[in-house]
This record gives sequence, structure tokens and C-alpha cells, in this order.
Amino acid sequence: MEWMDIPVVFKSGNYAYPAKKEKVEYLNSQSGLSFPNAREWSPEDDDWKLQDGWQDIIIRGLKERLDKFRSLKIFMDCCVRCGACADKCHFFLGTGDPKNMPVLRAELLRSVYRNEFTLAGKILGKMAGAREMTAAVLKEWFMYSYQCTECRRCSVFCPYGIDTAEVTMMLRELLHLVGVGINWILEPASNSNRTGNHMGLQPHTFKDNVEFLVDDVENLTGIRPNISFNRKGAEVLFITPSADVFAEPGLYTAMGYLILFEAIGLDYTWSTYASEGGNFGLFTNNETMKKLNAKMYAEAKRLGVKYIIGGECGHMWRVVHQYMDTMNGPADFLEVPKSPITGTVFSNAASSKMVHISEFTADLIKNGKLKLDKSRNSHVKATFHDSCNTSRAMGLLDEPRYILDHVVDWVEMPENTIREQTFCCGSGTGLNTDEIMELRMRSGLPRANAVKYVQEKHGVNMLSCVCAIDRATLTSLMNYWNPGVGVCGLSELVANALVQEGETRGELDEGLRTML
Amino acid sequence: MKYAFSFLAVIALVLIAWLGSQIPGMPYLFGVALPYLAIMIFLGGCVYKVVQWAKSPVPFPIQTTCGQGKSLDFIKHDRLEAPFTTAEVVARMFLEIVTFRSLFRNTKSEIHEGPHITYESSKWLWVFALIFHYSFLSIVVRHMRLFLDPVPAWIGWWEFIDGIFEVGAPTWYMSDVGLVAGCLLLFSRRLITRHVRYISLMNDYFPLVLIFAVAVTGILMRFVLRTDIDIVNIKQLTVGLVSLSPTIGAKIGSIFYIHVFLVCILLAYFPFSKLMHFAGVFLSPTRNLKNNSRAVRHLNPWNPKITPHSYAGYEDEFREFMVDAGIPVEKELSPAKDEK
Repeated sequence: MEWMDIPVVFKSGNYAYPAKKEKVEYLNSQSGLSFPNAREWSPEDDDWKLQDGWQDIIIRGLKERLDKFRSLKIFMDCCVRCGACADKCHFFLGTGDPKNMPVLRAELLRSVYRNEFTLAGKILGKMAGAREMTAAVLKEWFMYSYQCTECRRCSVFCPYGIDTAEVTMMLRELLHLVGVGINWILEPASNSNRTGNHMGLQPHTFKDNVEFLVDDVENLTGIRPNISFNRKGAEVLFITPSADVFAEPGLYTAMGYLILFEAIGLDYTWSTYASEGGNFGLFTNNETMKKLNAKMYAEAKRLGVKYIIGGECGHMWRVVHQYMDTMNGPADFLEVPKSPITGTVFSNAASSKMVHISEFTADLIKNGKLKLDKSRNSHVKATFHDSCNTSRAMGLLDEPRYILDHVVDWVEMPENTIREQTFCCGSGTGLNTDEIMELRMRSGLPRANAVKYVQEKHGVNMLSCVCAIDRATLTSLMNYWNPGVGVCGLSELVANALVQEGETRGELDEGLRTML
Repeated sequence: MKYAFSFLAVIALVLIAWLGSQIPGMPYLFGVALPYLAIMIFLGGCVYKVVQWAKSPVPFPIQTTCGQGKSLDFIKHDRLEAPFTTAEVVARMFLEIVTFRSLFRNTKSEIHEGPHITYESSKWLWVFALIFHYSFLSIVVRHMRLFLDPVPAWIGWWEFIDGIFEVGAPTWYMSDVGLVAGCLLLFSRRLITRHVRYISLMNDYFPLVLIFAVAVTGILMRFVLRTDIDIVNIKQLTVGLVSLSPTIGAKIGSIFYIHVFLVCILLAYFPFSKLMHFAGVFLSPTRNLKNNSRAVRHLNPWNPKITPHSYAGYEDEFREFMVDAGIPVEKELSPAKDEK
């Protein structure tokens, strides 16, 4: 049976809920954004209530994107279907569904591309792998563009560097043109636009949340971190995913930032307006990504800071590293980041003016500016999960490892599952929603399985990472596959080990997680 | 039966050339007109395709980093896998194109009971691809002898090395064996590996069968069907083609026309097929960009004008809460009416 002849079947549990009508309407009302065809609909219904002429909208949208992105054109034309990518995808390994092979995920779009834009496809049709744009094809796109976390692992192995993330992003953009999107992405995107963060925390609530953490830190260490919000004239603006100030285990990572910045006396401010590092626009379309990201520079300019430090987040850093300066720069109102403690100039961020917390921390450690007592993490046997985006989009691999070496006893997972070959948590790009839990546990299997290996062999009990989505999703993944393994951010481990002047720390058997 | 159809198509092409070239006057079509047409389609098509690709901008630096990026001085930078300079990009691309570096990385994953996943190195595709492509290259280079007069010395050296094992008479070239083996290996892989069979299209089998037929007809001409093959005549024709004054001398056997016709089909098919990966690999943004996107600004020619939800709009909505919570605001609350 040809893959083209196998229709998708939607049933409860295998799809994420469609976006709520009012969220789509809100986004559509924002200047620069277009989210048409807001309506109530269900993937299980035969009729998706698409607008008249939706096929033309899709084909025109595809044409427009082919003209805007060389990557898309090259990736449509150059695949030789060698299959090197096939068993590299966590969704394929976890579900066994052949349409989850990256090559086939791209063929879902490529088949329509051939039909409309290539001579062979027009003449030979199905024989040349071409097919018409039909409702069945659209449904297939919806199914499989939300069974891809844009992790880019396939791109590492492809002889032409074909990046399925680019294809998935285009599929999602095209689907939004006809009003097909999921709520777990569009609601956070609209929250980020309105309140500044995807959780929808209003300014006073955001402040309260951070202050709770300040209280906790004071209770645990005897030192109360000095914090400020929206403070003009601070040297540094600090932006982290809002999940870090909202829920466990991200809370401990946020406490880690607070302790670290207090220990070195950093002159920094939080912002309630730019209170989100994560960018749900990346999972939506280019315009939304740009609009949400623009707040970072806008706020840095308004507050008159010198530069920005970014917390532990995966997609946030993909956007910061690969898109921000291009979309919303030049950031000529900022200065090239220079650590006020060590004097190190971060020339690798000379244009974007934004430094990753791990780069910043590694530099502090290298220059002996932190007093660290590794034994304070003796309750932890850690391993490290490279986030897809910080590794494959940035090349941030050794900074976290350098930090780990100084703060905790840790081991690597097997070599085919780390660094640039790292496996996704399985729930990134806005797929960490509970209605598709089984799918998430399946797609996270390769990651979980590698953790299981070090858990059994080395007694690992903590999976550390530098990504907020990871902290949220790996927790469920570990609970399911590897009970007994916790999940933490790197800054939590740093703060656990950090010896501060004047502290009245008792025995914190569990580090920041010690119950008061 | 996509692969069977590919065979039938190639057999049909062979018959066309075999029978067609027997008809008086037709050798001119198969020996002169079609080669010119094919070469024009090939060159024109390739240029058209590359220009088409190049017309679309690369709006964002989306390189796939496969190693440590350049950052702090004491962190060792992987210059080949996360290139920061143009020279490093060139080195990365060179290794990719010449040694198929990404394929070298290939692993095979398997799920066992447990579940338990294993990964093992799998270099078969890399080996097959190297055999196929280098044999192809070598054969193309050796054929230059036919089009150049005088023949440059280095082509002679190349031939010498290609035939260095001196097996058989006339000597078998390694590249002849390599190309046939490469086609067979890659074709078998498509049939045998379940997931590759599933994704394969007619346009994946057809070029392999066609190239296989080109190789086999070439070998037949050199070793088996040597009667009627007058190499002097052929060279006269090929040099004539290059110098735009082609002549067909004495009778040349059909096998020559079959070989040439299949090559023509391959050339004409090339620009409109996946075979264009030979040019596309140079243009792939994930490989040919620098990983310096925070250090040097990358420009997007169509960067849309989109501004964030403004701070003023945000403060207007939440001012009261912000003032209550002691968060600095730009505009104070206007005093309530009864306080005026």
C-alpha cells in the first residue's frame, strides 16, 4: 500500500485540541498578524469548516514561502530519499508510524509542491510522487506537523542538511492560513502578546511569584536576594521562560538565578512586560515569532540597560541566536556584553547583545569568582540532557558541561543520544499538552531510554538540562519511564553548591528542594 | 511495481535507440542532434534551477550546528561543525561534498523488548554512495579523452590509476566495476531495507536503472560488441561535436547509439529530478551558513514591519495593578474624580 493512500484517523488522544475561537480572534486583531477563519471545529468531524477557496489559499501561501525561503525550495527539490533520516526521529522510533519518518513528513508537503510547481509532477502526476491538495491531505498535514517537535536531529544526518523543522514550520504556517491551529500554542502565544508571558501572569502576579521565591531563598540560606522589576538604568535585563517562576521544578532553577545574581552582586532587573523567554511564535509563524520576540529589545531600550542575559530555555535561544538580531535588530542602543565581575567581553554576542546564562556562569567559574562546594550536591547523581535548540541551533555543548564538572558528580548518557545527536524531550514546540500524553510518552522514549541506561548503570537520580520546556515535559517523561529520576535546571545545581558570604545555611539535604 | 516500471522504461529507451539508429539517416539524429539537444537541456536546466534557487533569499541564519560553537576562550571551538568564519564554512562544505561526512555519522537504531533502544554505527549507505559517486566521476573524467584533442596528460594518468590492477584485456577499470556495483547496491538497498522501500518513488528507481544501463552498454561496447566499434570514428564524431563540426564517418554499431541515447536521456532528465542534489548540496542553508549569528547581524531582505504589543498599551491595561504592586510605571494613575 502506498503511503499516499492511507488516510489519517483522528480519535481522542492522538491530536491536540484546536485553538479556541476567541484566542484566534484576539491574535487576528493584532497588528501585523493574520489568523483568519476563527471558528469552533473539531478534528474528529468530517467537515473542518474551511473557508471557500481554501486550496488556493494554501497553494498561494506555498508559492509565497518558496519565494521567501531558499531553504524550502532546496529542501523540496534535493531529497534523494536515501532514508538516512528515517530512524533518527524520536517520533518515528516511539510510534513506529512510517509517516513520522522525517523524509515522509517532508513528502507530505513535497507531493503537493510537485503537483503545483514541477514539470514532472504536472505531467506524470502520482507516478512522479505528486498529488492534489485535498481535505484528506490537509488533515494529514495537521496530524503530522503536530507530531514533529522541530528538533532538527534528522538534519544532522542528512547528506544535504535537509532540516525537517523548516518543513514543519511551513506546514504549520500554511495551516494557520486556513484557520487550523492548536490551542496549546495559540493560547500561550496570545497570552505572551497581551501579558508578556505565556502563562498569562499579569504584572503584579509575576512580581508576587518571584517574591515568593525570594522568600524561599531567604528561608533556606539566610540571605534575601535583592530584586527589582521594570527598573530603569539597571545594567542588565534578565529574561527567562515564565515557567521558571511558575511551577516546579523550574522554580528551583529560578531560585538558582536569584542566588547566583545576589552572590555576585549583579545590577539587574526583571521585566513584567518582557517576562517570557519562550517564544510560542516560533511554533506558529514568522510574523508571530517576530512580534513576540520584539519585546525583548523594546524593553531593553525602554529601561536603558546595557545588555540582556537570558535564562535556561531551548526555543527561546533558538530564536535569540538565529532570528532575533535579524528580525528586530540592530540592537545598537545596547553595548557588547561584558561581565561586570570578570571583565570578560562576550564577543560571540557582539551584535545581538544577549548572553546565555551558562556562558555567563561558566566564565564566572573559570575566573574563580564563585566559591563552590560540590559536596552540597552529594544527594545528586546527575546526567545532562542537551536541549535540541541550544545544541543543534547554537552549539552550546561544553559550557553546561564545564559548569556541571564544578558543581556536581555527573555522567554522560550514551554517545548517540547526547550533544548534537541529542534526543528531544518529545513534547517541544507546544506539544506539552495533556490530551496527547500517550503520544508524548512514546516520542520521549528514546530520551527516556538513554536516561534509564545511566540510571541502572550509574545510579543517576537527576536529569539536568538548560530548557524550560524540558523541565516541564521531562518530569512527566521520567515519572512514566524512569521513576526516581528528578529533573532540574543547571542553575539549581549551581546554587546548591554556591557558598555565599554571610549565609546561615542549615543542612540542606535536598539542596533548594529541602522542605522547610 | 515502481522499480519494474523503471526497467520497462529503460528497455523501451534501448529499443528506440537500437531500432531507430538502423533507419538510414537516423544515425545523424542519434549521434548529433539528440546529443546537442540533451546537452542544451542539461546546461540550461541546471542553470535555470540554480538561478531559481538563488532567487529566493536566505532570510535567517539557520545553520545546523553539529559541534561546539565559538564562545568563551577556554571552551574548545569545533571549527568544522560549528563554523564561525567563511574559511571554516568552506572546510565544512569541502568535507561534506568530498567525503559525505554527514552520511559517515549514520547510525542504525533498533527497538528491542523492554523497550530498549540500541544504536550502532551503520556506514553501508556511506560506502555505497562513495563507490557510486567516485566511480561516476572517474568515468566522466576518462570520457573527456573523447572530447579533447590533444588529450591532456592528466587524463592518461587518471586512466592509468583507474586501471592499475590490469585485470583482463582490455584492462578493466575499477570505476566500471564500481559504477555497476554501486547501482546494484543502491538499488538492492531500496528494495531490501523496508523503510527505504516504503519511501521510494519511481523517480528514485528510474535514474538508478538508467545509469546502470548506461554503464552496461558502455562495458559491452568495450569488451563484448567490439565489431563495428571504430574508436577512431567515434573520436572523430565526439571531437566534431565539441568543435561544432560533427561528422559521422563509416558505420558505427547500434550499441554506440544505444549508449549515447541513454546518456542523452540522463542529461535531459537531470535538471528536473532529484539528481540536482549535486548542485543543491552547495546551497543548503543549514550547512553553508556561519554559526556567528549573534556576533554578526544577518540581514533579511523582506523583514516585515511588525512591532510588539506596545509597552504603553500594556501599561494602560495593567497600570492600576502595577501601581498597587509597586512596579514602576511611565504614567501615574490619574486621580479619581472626587479627589479633584
